[in-house]
Amino acid sequence: MTGAFYLASLVAAVSTGLVITSLNAVHALLYLIVSFLAVAVVFFILGAPFIAMLEIIIYAGAIMVLFVFVVMMLNLGRRAIEQEAGWLTPKIWIGPSILSATLLGELLYLFGSGILSQAGGITVQAPKQVSVVLLGPYLVGVELASMLLLPGLVGAYHVGRQLKSEDA
Amino acid sequence: MNETASKLLIIIGVLVTLLTLSALLIWLERRLLGFWQERYGPNRVGPFGLLQVVADMIKIFMKEDWVPPFADKVVFVIAPAVIIVTILMSFAVVPFTPSIVVADLNVGLLFFLAMSSLSAYSVVLAGWASNNKYSLLGGLRASAQMLSYEVFMGLSLMGVVMLAGSFSLQDIVKAQQGVWFCIPQILGFVIFLIAGLAETKRIPFDIPEAEAELVAGFHTEYSGMKFGMFFVGEYLGVILISAMITVLFFGGWQGPWLPPVVWFSIKTFLFICLFILLRAALPRLRFDQLMGFGWKVMLPLALVNLAVTGALVLVGHPLE
Amino acid sequence: MLKLLKGIWLVFLHAFTRPVTVQYPEEKPYLPPRWRGRIILSRDPDGEERCVGCYLCSVACPVGCIALQATEDEHGRRYPAWFRINFSRCIFCGYCEEACPTYAIQLTTDFEMSEHDRRNLVYEKEHLLISGTGKYPGYNFYRVSGVRIGGKDKGEAEHEASPTDLRSLMP
Repeated sequence: MTGAFYLASLVAAVSTGLVITSLNAVHALLYLIVSFLAVAVVFFILGAPFIAMLEIIIYAGAIMVLFVFVVMMLNLGRRAIEQEAGWLTPKIWIGPSILSATLLGELLYLFGSGILSQAGGITVQAPKQVSVVLLGPYLVGVELASMLLLPGLVGAYHVGRQLKSEDA
Repeated sequence: MNETASKLLIIIGVLVTLLTLSALLIWLERRLLGFWQERYGPNRVGPFGLLQVVADMIKIFMKEDWVPPFADKVVFVIAPAVIIVTILMSFAVVPFTPSIVVADLNVGLLFFLAMSSLSAYSVVLAGWASNNKYSLLGGLRASAQMLSYEVFMGLSLMGVVMLAGSFSLQDIVKAQQGVWFCIPQILGFVIFLIAGLAETKRIPFDIPEAEAELVAGFHTEYSGMKFGMFFVGEYLGVILISAMITVLFFGGWQGPWLPPVVWFSIKTFLFICLFILLRAALPRLRFDQLMGFGWKVMLPLALVNLAVTGALVLVGHPLE
Repeated sequence: MLKLLKGIWLVFLHAFTRPVTVQYPEEKPYLPPRWRGRIILSRDPDGEERCVGCYLCSVACPVGCIALQATEDEHGRRYPAWFRINFSRCIFCGYCEEACPTYAIQLTTDFEMSEHDRRNLVYEKEHLLISGTGKYPGYNFYRVSGVRIGGKDKGEAEHEASPTDLRSLMP
């Protein structure tokens, strides 16, 4: 199990790196999907199958399809790739990489210090427990999220409505 | 060790059975379509034309496996594999009998939904990688269609989950001991049937490949075994959706007298025939009709079904 | 919605009707005698070739698939030295049969003439010529026409008056 965990994590890290470096937009999105799948496997191994499945259904299955849809419609050709190549100069990537390296160092320090290992063994969380927690102590969070989604829905309807008066 | 061996045997058995069946389904579909159109269908090769499948296989293996020079080669090759892999993965959670199931996950239903949402990529990427206008249009249509129909496909199943109180397919089948879920969840069944038709991209929802307008849509550029993969993938999808309808709404392997695997096969077979009948009888929808039907009719219906089921379950069993 | 279900039910009922398909190689369809199929050259009741090598069929052919070379035997009777029909070009229109003054060239009810090699569709005279009379059993061109050949002078054909003797004063 530990081996599978590290393998999945490695795949997630590498594919995320490739998302940043690949010049073709669709290829970048595909690597992002692979990264999501790997993260889902990590969740699964950590005993959260419900979250793993939601990760695939919502992120990899729904949102990324939309992304791919839009990128396909934009029809980025060879020129866009050349433009992207121009953007990926050391001057641009050196700042963010220093910042992420700092974060990575912090993470490694935390792993090394042994604080995280006190959490104990892995217990598989059934969907029922997840929902009990969500609609119990975290009810306010769920309600807040739904309130956030409602304006999104209304906004989408507003943007997508047909202007009948302007046609005439 | 013994357990591992039996597990391996189940996996290999399921794989071989499914691939054989999906090939035979090509023959079955052509024969049944023939009967419903007052002709015979393939009846020349072997008894009842059964060896037609073998002949087709030989032909498709011998064909040139051509990758167009203008295509995105890696994605072009990956796309047909994705559909087969995701659908075969979905079969891992399907309980064929109480004992024959590859993996009885406690989130089995969600796993099925996840895999079916991933199978959308196959079509989308095939359309994009072919670098062909018709294919791209097919891919765009596929992504919009699969995305919309997935939403209420998931919602229509939540009523079943509420009644069974579990995402595990084995538990769902066991919960249908008394009455099959197609009776309390008749609306959910109809919605899932329609969404399943759309997910397998079959007539009347086959606008991603629409032979009449898009040549063959997303697989215009595919030839040889890569085309064969899409072909087999479609029939595997039909088997999968039929099996899922059986498991979720028609009591799975349950039934009197006969052994469970026979019951499961009979029910699944009937639904496969229903799929083929729909293909014989219905015309193709237009794209805007399809989207309008999905978002304006099916989604509200699924939500109403969900709300009513939830209320009834709450009245029947107040919170423990 | 109900209409859809009714349509599906109607299609389902078709499962119980007999297929209309004719199982071709075992079950041959009826072909009328004037069917325009493979072209043949017929003989007259005496067993002689009917073709007189007039080239009318070759001229009438819209696709130009008929070629022949006329010649004469020692009695002055014309016949084709060679006769060639390219069936890979032939459109089976039947114009050659209509043009033929001697009922020599005829179309038959045979249509199963596919070949693996296209060159095999070029039929020579020995492939075309049959030993029978075809559709017109009693007809013999030289016996009813006024043409003179060896062994038959003018006026000796059936229903033919003797030619007028220009040197005679009698009516």
